[in-house]
Amino acid sequence: MNELVFFINKALISGAVAGSIYAIGAVGVTLVFSIMRFAHFAHADQMTFGALIVFFLTALFPGAGAALGIPTPLLMLPLAMLATSVLAIGIDKAFYKPLREHGVKPIVIVIASLGVTLMLQGIIRLFAGTSSRSLYIEESKAIFRLDLPGDLASRPLVITEPQILLIVFTILAVFGLHLFLNRTRMGKAMRAMSDNPDLARVSGIDTNKVVMVTWVLAGCLAAAAGTFLSLDVSLSPDLSFFLLLPIFAAAIVGGVGHPYGAIAGGFLVGYAETLSVFNWSVLLRPINHWFPEWMEIPRNLSLVGTEYKIVVPFFILVVVLIWRPTGIFKGKVI
Amino acid sequence: MLAKLFDKYPDLPLRELVVAALVLVALLFVFLSQGNAYSLRMLVEAACYAIIALGLTIQWGYGGQFNAGVMGFVALGGFCAMSFSMPVNTEFWNSDLPGRLGQTFLWGLVGIALVVAVSQVHRLGVPKKLRTILTIILALIVWMVFRSLFDPVTSAIESEVDFVGGLGMPAWIGWLMGGLLAGVVGYFIGHICLGLRSDYLAIATLGIAEIIKAFLKNADWLTRGTATVSPLPWPTPGPGELGFIWARSLYLVITAVMIVAIFYLLQKAYNAPWGRMIRAIRDNEISARAMGKNIEKRRLEVFVFGCVLIGIGGGALTSFNGIFDATGYLPLNHTFLVLVMVILGGPGNNLGTILGALLVYIIWVMSEPLALWIMQLFADLGSGAFGWDAPDNLSSRALQARVFVIGLLIVLVLRYAPKGLMPEKLKHIS
Repeated sequence: MNELVFFINKALISGAVAGSIYAIGAVGVTLVFSIMRFAHFAHADQMTFGALIVFFLTALFPGAGAALGIPTPLLMLPLAMLATSVLAIGIDKAFYKPLREHGVKPIVIVIASLGVTLMLQGIIRLFAGTSSRSLYIEESKAIFRLDLPGDLASRPLVITEPQILLIVFTILAVFGLHLFLNRTRMGKAMRAMSDNPDLARVSGIDTNKVVMVTWVLAGCLAAAAGTFLSLDVSLSPDLSFFLLLPIFAAAIVGGVGHPYGAIAGGFLVGYAETLSVFNWSVLLRPINHWFPEWMEIPRNLSLVGTEYKIVVPFFILVVVLIWRPTGIFKGKVI
Repeated sequence: MLAKLFDKYPDLPLRELVVAALVLVALLFVFLSQGNAYSLRMLVEAACYAIIALGLTIQWGYGGQFNAGVMGFVALGGFCAMSFSMPVNTEFWNSDLPGRLGQTFLWGLVGIALVVAVSQVHRLGVPKKLRTILTIILALIVWMVFRSLFDPVTSAIESEVDFVGGLGMPAWIGWLMGGLLAGVVGYFIGHICLGLRSDYLAIATLGIAEIIKAFLKNADWLTRGTATVSPLPWPTPGPGELGFIWARSLYLVITAVMIVAIFYLLQKAYNAPWGRMIRAIRDNEISARAMGKNIEKRRLEVFVFGCVLIGIGGGALTSFNGIFDATGYLPLNHTFLVLVMVILGGPGNNLGTILGALLVYIIWVMSEPLALWIMQLFADLGSGAFGWDAPDNLSSRALQARVFVIGLLIVLVLRYAPKGLMPEKLKHIS
């Protein structure tokens, strides 16, 4: 049973955490993709930016959360979301909108977004340095150890506070997004614009406003994802570059322009990553005596080494591009 | 006077002359201020970058394909240059390790054959879904078995003989093989992505570049990983025999000859029916398709061709640096710098790309002391005015300032000079 607990701790929970991060990130990317029709590479740096704002605010008011009984970074998250949304709209106004109005090909805006990525990275590292920091400044990370009933297992299930917060936030965000896209006027306008921008414009939808709302949503989600990731591990400015590929893989797997697909894709990529670096020989140990004598179980039975983790999202991406380029849920934008 | 000159010779390529003069002035400045040996080193590096930039200009300028993973192909070129030109590791070849390694690879081939065979069982009447499941399970098992065979061999190589060593061939063979390897990888990526949205190619190349880097960094048995391999032999007599200035000049001559040859061939290809066809596909895919052109095949040709050039340039660059360090390949230095060279110089204009590469590289190298100086100035001002303590790691922060500037440059060029300093010249035939 201890092995099973180990599996739940190391594979199921960390897979859910990675999957939630990728899912929130991929939703933002896919929204931008479906409204403005380009792959927004600067999304991952907006995540770092949001987390950085949280860090600065937490450093300024380290005791603010304790008064309300919640972790300070969580209290600062709405402010960071606001800041990141403003940043996203500002970037769009300054860099992408002129290009869009110029009528350039989408790939030129992709290159511009790479330029924005570099600018953001430069600014972030200029001000925050390159070392990694913990978002828990005065508080400590709460770790919950749940003992299993009976004598089944001697090890407890371990889950940390940020992990619970993240999973709860993901569920709330998915539910909220669903309501927003299906019930509100703005959500319907967004869906209409993602289906056919010209038709949306002639039917009286304010496309500029839709674009702005998209950036606000993307900015909020990016700030949240960045903050939760930094809470779970630590805030490092190099975070973003390694997030890009899994997030895009998740968005494409789920079908670009398809928010629910992005969520499914995020969890798929997250679990695939975690399960491929998981050492499966741990699970085989209890049934070791069933194997014949000559068959020795190797000590390391993971699919890929941790250093090659980045191969997993790429592999998934390639398989999807070959097998079904529109994604599992048939995205609208091919 | 200039106007008079222009009146006299209406065909005078004014733009080209101005840009070339700019490059010359910058070069002169570097030579006068930094001395010959340093300037020659910079010039050789700039020449290698020019070859890489020519590869990217084929992809982006001719074909409209955005390769966001130049770094990966550069690293492949560097790896081949290292692997072919390093002296033979006799210790490795005299041991039983080559045999074991070969045996493992043979087992790997057997495993692949097995998986391929199982993937064809639907011809024997097995339902297709069952076949897919069987193939996936078998592929996983084969992969695990291969890993468990392969890992002991590689760790034996690492512990007993350090690494497999090189093949002791001249460096230029390594460069060509680097081009070939980059082309093969480019073929697979292009084959998958070129038929889809143009964004997918950017994402996939970005990914493959990181994977290539991760592989080269962690495959210690092949590349010594983070321990790095040096010194790499040059195709010309090294500085030890001729002194820095002559050795670097000789190397410069070789790269210059390469650039001239590549430039000549590219110009030929650009004006040939093939080049016209490529541009037709880039500018209007639908009408090109209607004319009966095989778009997928041409696109793949362009992409692979560009990757080959990037690989060759990467090989030349790594050999010149004299050290193979997988962690030294950075997206900023080897992807985005090249991108700036191409979009600033003029995508689709070969001469513009070469001049752009020289100009951007000179500015890049010179910006390091400049950035530090500006940062120092700000720090002094800050501590003077507000009593603010300057961070101690100014040089690393100055580096980050350059990241910002490269990003800003990309965005500004795309916005205000989308065709670069020297736009592609389109002939209009009336």
